[in-house]
This record gives sequence, C-alpha cells and structure tokens, in this order.
Amino acid sequence: MKNMAMTKIKLTTPVTDAVLEKLRIGQKVLLNGVLYTGRDAAHKKLVELLDKGQELPVDLKGQIIYYVGPSPAKPGQIIGSAGPTTSGRMDLYAPKLIALGLKGMVGKGKRSPEVIKAIKQYKAVYFAAVGGAAALISKCIKKCEVVAYPELGPEAIHRLEVEDFPVIVVNDTLGGDLYEEGTKIYATR
Amino acid sequence: MDANYFLGQDMIDALQGAYDQEISLTGKEIIQQIIDNAGIAKSEEVPMCQDTGFAVVFVELGQDVHIEGGSLEDAINEGVRRGYTDGYLRKSIVGHPLERVNTGDNTPAVVHLKLVPGDKLKIIVAPKGGGSENMSAIKMLKPAEGVEGVKQFVLDTVMAAGPNPCPPIVVGVGIGGTFEKAALLSKESLLRAVGTPNPRPEIAELEKELFDSINNLGVGPQGLGGRITALAVHVNIYPAHIASLPVAVNINCHASRHKEVIL
Repeated sequence: MKNMAMTKIKLTTPVTDAVLEKLRIGQKVLLNGVLYTGRDAAHKKLVELLDKGQELPVDLKGQIIYYVGPSPAKPGQIIGSAGPTTSGRMDLYAPKLIALGLKGMVGKGKRSPEVIKAIKQYKAVYFAAVGGAAALISKCIKKCEVVAYPELGPEAIHRLEVEDFPVIVVNDTLGGDLYEEGTKIYATR
Repeated sequence: MDANYFLGQDMIDALQGAYDQEISLTGKEIIQQIIDNAGIAKSEEVPMCQDTGFAVVFVELGQDVHIEGGSLEDAINEGVRRGYTDGYLRKSIVGHPLERVNTGDNTPAVVHLKLVPGDKLKIIVAPKGGGSENMSAIKMLKPAEGVEGVKQFVLDTVMAAGPNPCPPIVVGVGIGGTFEKAALLSKESLLRAVGTPNPRPEIAELEKELFDSINNLGVGPQGLGGRITALAVHVNIYPAHIASLPVAVNINCHASRHKEVIL
C-alpha cells in the first residue's frame, strides 16, 4: 500500500463488476463521468420509495453516489465548495441501494460492517475523497444540475459530471478496509 | 465569511510541518491537497470546506460597554444571516433537532458571553463543522483515575473517531469544572493559535505527551494510515469538585477556523 501513491487508475461511470473487481484498497483512482449526490435526507426518501415498491427518481444501476452537500455557487461558478461528508450517516440506507445495483460510493470515514458486507456481496467499492479539500474538488466538477428533491437545498440529489476527481479505494470487493489496514501499518504501540 | 475563506497562517505552518514529517506517501499527498485547497479558497474567496459550520460566537463584553438599539444576540444572528447569505456559505442549521427543517440562513448562532472589565467588545467567530463535532466526547471520570484516566479517554476518543473528523485534527481537551464547564474549556482551547502551549508547565507537558501518543496511533491524514493524526493538542483546565474529574474532548478538523474582532 505504501508505494501505490504514484499510480492512478482512471475510472469512468457507469462502472462494471469486472473493473471494480480489479481495484484494491489503497489504490488511487481518478473518477470521470456522472456522479449523483446524496446525503441522509435524500437517502431517507429513496429508501422510503423502495420500501413502498416505487420507482426511484434516478436510475442508480452501475452508478456512483457522492456523499456531499455543496455550498452555494458564487456567480460564475458551476458549483460551490464540494468536499465529502461523513459516510457513516448513510450506513442505514446504503445496503439497500447496493443491492439494487449501486456500484460505488464516495465519502469520508468508516462504514458499518453491514455496508462492508454488502460491498463484498454485490461487488461495489467505497472510495474516500479528501475531507475538507472542498475548493480543490469543486475544480473537478464540470457540470451540476439538480435532478431530484430540490426542496432539500444542499441535500438535493444533483447530477454531477466530473473529470479526474481524485479518490482512494477504502473498501474493495474482497472485503478489505484501508482504514483498518492503514492504521495498523503506522501504529507504534 | 473571512473565517471560512482564509485558513490562519498558524494552521498553514502546522500543515507544512506535518507534510515534512509524514512518512506515508499517501498521507503526504493528502496534506499537500489540503494546503493547495487552502490556497484556492483564499485566492478565489470561496469556502475551504463546504461545511461552513455552526456559527459559534465567543463574546467578551466589557462591563463599561452599553449596547443600544436592540439585543446583542439579535445583532449576532443578523450578522450570521448576512455573512452566510452574502458570502455564499452553506446553510447547515435545522430549526428543531427532531423535526429537522433548515432555517435557511444558518441562524441561530451558539453564543458564549463573558463579562470582562473594560470598555471593549471582543467577538470571536469560530465556525464549527459537523463531522468533527460529532466525534467529540465527554466523560465524568472518578478522581482516582487521575491523569492516566484522562490520557486513556483522550486516546480512546481520537481512535474511535478515526477518519471521520478529517484528520489531521486539532484536539481540544477540557479537564475539570462541571459537566458543561469541561465541554466549554475544550472548545475554548481550540481558539488558541495552533500549537501554542498552555502557560502552565505541567499542562504543557501533558499536551506534548498526548500529542505524541495520538500520533503513535497510526490513524494518519484522513485516517488512511500515517504518522500525523494531530497537528496539536490543547488542554485547558479549571478547578474541580472533590468528587469529580470531568474530561471533554472537542475535535477540530484541519479547517480549524476562527476570526477575531475588537470593537
């Protein structure tokens, strides 16, 4: 893991199982294509629809959700600052979306054992973006439109088009967890 | 607005030092991204983090100051309303903790008022993000647990937080007082320029010890493994009840923001 810092893999959405199965924890990835945004409020609504057997406002099959609530765009900006939010708040909802065909999630922070299990079972990947690097990340976002729940403001579902958005594989299809492994390597107690 | 656009030089210097010391290449790359991000935020006057925080406002009001034409709290909230609207900052406050409807203008602020001698009004705005605030903790220790109990609780809290509060972090610790006093002490300690030691030598020594132990945890930048988990540990203390040893740990992310004005 230590020496993977220099090589970066380009990944374009929608993604396939074959591509995801090759990814390993610690690998650097540059995301391209479409990402959908969603935080707790949007996830709650999506899962409520699923529980009622209704169709979702966006087709998530093969797609990646970015956990973000951007700040408002200044005049002339495509989007405001847009760094990752804490993923753990979506843990209750994520396994249902993964079972439905969601292939990736981008956020920051640890996932629950249930999410890690679903990632392994359905072949998905969890990526970390750099929390707090929000002004830098917004440079990778080339297009942004609200596609569902505009009433939620920053928590609405946005469709983003990104170019070379830098992320790191934290949970891979084998069930690996970079947060566990990385910390072990550098601990001295 | 300024607090959200411009990361303090103390933090930039601390991050630069962290870059030099980090041995994980991924960790180094992350710290570099954080420094670059602060540069973009400054030059383009955009928020360094999309979570522009709860507006936490510390007011030191001189006893000889008279405030006319309305309440101080209303004036602060009006300032927050304008700053968050005009500055294109994210509105992150819900008006009811259970019903959870956004207030739309980031009000109300959390105001801590202290009455001090003199005729000045000092206002410090310290926007606080949810990610790091959520990983903070408080515990009422038994006095017999002593300094070892305090150290263990701080380490346990930082380890449990792991990647969530966006390390490298600044760790604020409050020891003593009552339940709420300890929490306030820990938050106030974060207002110090990062890495400035407590003037009491035995507490400065404790800060150093905690700093080393935290960085030995291996959590690293963004929790992906590394030697730099914390940029600094600040400890503030207060006298305690004979029966109590409260300890509060308030974690701040690498976007440790505050801005001070004196009127």
